[in-house]
Amino acid sequence: MNFDFSDDQKQMRDAARKFLTEQCPPKAVREVLDGKAVYDKALWKGLAEMGFLGVAIPEEFGGAGAGHLELCVIAEEMGRANAPVPFSSTVYLAAEALLLAGSDAQKQKWLPKIASGGAIGTLALFEGKGNPSPNAIKLQASGGTLSGVKKPVPDGAIADFAVVAARTGSSGRDSDISLFLVDLKAGGVEAKALTNLDPTRGQAELTFKNAKAEPLGATGEGWSILTQVLDRAAVLLAFEQVGGSDRALEMGRDYALDRIAFGRPIGSFQAVKHILADMYVSATLARSNCYYGAWALSTNASELPEAAAAARISATQAFQHCSKNNIQVHGGMGFTWEFDCHMYYRRANATALTLGSLSYWEDQLIDRMRKKNAA
Amino acid sequence: MNFDDTPQEAAFRAEARAWIQANAPKQYEDELRKVSLGRTGLKNANMLEVAKAWQKKKADAGWACLHWPKEYGGRGSSPIERVIWQQEEGPFGRLSGMFIIGHGMCGPTMMAFAGEDQKRKYLPPLASGEKVWCQLFSEPAGGSDVAGLRTRAEKKGDDWIINGQKIWTSGAHYSDYGILLTRTDPTVAKHKGLTMFFLDMKSPGVEVRPIKQASGQSDFNEVYFTDVKIPDSQRLGAVNDGWNVSLTTLMNERMSIGAGVATGFPELFDFCNSLMLEDGPAIEDRSVRSRLANYAVKASGLRYTSMRAISALSKGERPGPENSIGKLVAGSMVQEVAMYALDLQGAAGVLSGPEDAEVAGKFQAMLLRAPGTRVEGGTDEIMRNIIAERVLGLPGDIRVDKDVPFNQIPTKGRA
Repeated sequence: MNFDFSDDQKQMRDAARKFLTEQCPPKAVREVLDGKAVYDKALWKGLAEMGFLGVAIPEEFGGAGAGHLELCVIAEEMGRANAPVPFSSTVYLAAEALLLAGSDAQKQKWLPKIASGGAIGTLALFEGKGNPSPNAIKLQASGGTLSGVKKPVPDGAIADFAVVAARTGSSGRDSDISLFLVDLKAGGVEAKALTNLDPTRGQAELTFKNAKAEPLGATGEGWSILTQVLDRAAVLLAFEQVGGSDRALEMGRDYALDRIAFGRPIGSFQAVKHILADMYVSATLARSNCYYGAWALSTNASELPEAAAAARISATQAFQHCSKNNIQVHGGMGFTWEFDCHMYYRRANATALTLGSLSYWEDQLIDRMRKKNAA
Repeated sequence: MNFDDTPQEAAFRAEARAWIQANAPKQYEDELRKVSLGRTGLKNANMLEVAKAWQKKKADAGWACLHWPKEYGGRGSSPIERVIWQQEEGPFGRLSGMFIIGHGMCGPTMMAFAGEDQKRKYLPPLASGEKVWCQLFSEPAGGSDVAGLRTRAEKKGDDWIINGQKIWTSGAHYSDYGILLTRTDPTVAKHKGLTMFFLDMKSPGVEVRPIKQASGQSDFNEVYFTDVKIPDSQRLGAVNDGWNVSLTTLMNERMSIGAGVATGFPELFDFCNSLMLEDGPAIEDRSVRSRLANYAVKASGLRYTSMRAISALSKGERPGPENSIGKLVAGSMVQEVAMYALDLQGAAGVLSGPEDAEVAGKFQAMLLRAPGTRVEGGTDEIMRNIIAERVLGLPGDIRVDKDVPFNQIPTKGRA
């Protein structure tokens, strides 16, 4: 048994960490947090040059053709650095949808651009409150055009293209839903940036008015493809969450070692030690669930749906737990804008809601476990 | 990343599987599969006898104490082979419960500190289960603070005379031998005046009294020592170096990974799958599903954490203190799972008799046994300290008794 990343993959993780430590310090994240930039363009360019944007994109489409285990280790580092770039929407959602369902021409058109940093992509799924559900999709497709409103769309205000879930039938079945590819710069789509919990990762409202769209995958297959895209993105995003959890834990640990109160480091008080020990426990459980998700993702195993839901739940819980308790260990200083703790708290809670919230994934996990049990 | 055996591991697995298939006591298989926390016995057979017979059979064929050297009754296997064996032994591994302390802690301590003749004499029957060993460390005045123990050992000629009391000794009532930590010098700091011995539990002056636990069962004992004589040849390690000897014992506890810890989740999932509530099947209830999902990811998280540790073992690395999380997470989880299963049973959850209770009272038994799991073998709080200090590198507690002679440490809180 070798339930671990290979030495090459670990080297890639080290390289990504080194790159991000240099190119994405908290100061750079704050440029976006404080609204001085919409995203970190220089970092985005650098990620493309390092080959990280196309790490799981095949070479024939301009990527590095490494694979999903490699993408997992990069994702972990992106989460650790709290990178203010449209990585998850472009790489986990748009690129994965194209890889799963795109025609050769569609892949040729967009994947090389993703890998080179020349195009930002996203998935336009939600229409207001609620979790992923075919019934919640009202945006209408007709005659090669789309009309309706999508929000929140991650990185929607800066995206060049979107994979859009639209209604093509009214039977009340999953087959009413189809996916489309829309060039957001070609007219017919209005984008409005929305204020959200985590300013380092934008959210937008996209209004489609007879916007030209081409089908992505077969008509009526949209929901089935979406489910697979969400599972794949759930594993990748879970690695970001694990990276963020680890960083929040480290920040708390370091502060507990340095901060003196009552004449001793606060990390020598059991009340503080036990908070940090529990953070370690949740981060470790999440990491282990994520490794299983990574294995299932990289081998396209039949266990992927269950593994993805477990990784998603566990990593969401861990990041929320670690980021909130990092603030607690910091005390009052943790609640200032000046300290970095809140950046992870914001990211943790925003990430917990994209792709569907915890209660949605809990429901999914039990459904999937029952199916396996029945089989 | 893969879950595959190496060719060598696969060959070992095949050999182990074939032998278990041909030799295991299959008549108990179903019952052993249903064993859960608080429900560990066999209905129509003496668990102790069945366990000893299985252990002896394994030993005769060279499958006992796999990681021990052959000359001491083991097989000289690698740690990963031991894990593979545990996976293949499956439910029959539950017969090894009474040997865990002897094989996991007493044996390795003897191996490190006993004389060669003693090792050849005592270890093979320990491996084969013919002799059972217990570990006599904890005392009424020294639980989490083991080094606070007060049982005295005084030198008299070539012997040591032991007086005092031990507590929480698992299996003392059926043990033949024990390793015993005593105080030999009360005038120095507490860690510096301890000495380790092994002794025959049938020695005159040893009295074992079972403790009736809060669960109503009796797994543990008090052991009283009144002028018990132990020859100096049965001392393990140097006089007053017992603390370091005990660390060897406790370090070995951590190597026991791979068998998996009981979380109660599989039992709860099965239960919810068949339970009907007023509004329909429990498994279709939104709140039930949410609770189940939360337990599911803890259980799977522990399972995959253990697989990561096994992978490290397979590469020849030693597992570290990070494995403390298994016991910490599973201990409180099994308690919560039991409470939740009873909550789902409503008013009838109060019934605990096997004939009236749901699933024969499995969750009621689990509930009553669960508080012990959070205390035995290191409390939740000690486990958190271990993680905080040895994994995260936080400072140790300020120890006010560290440099104080043992006989000057206060013995009462409120005077």
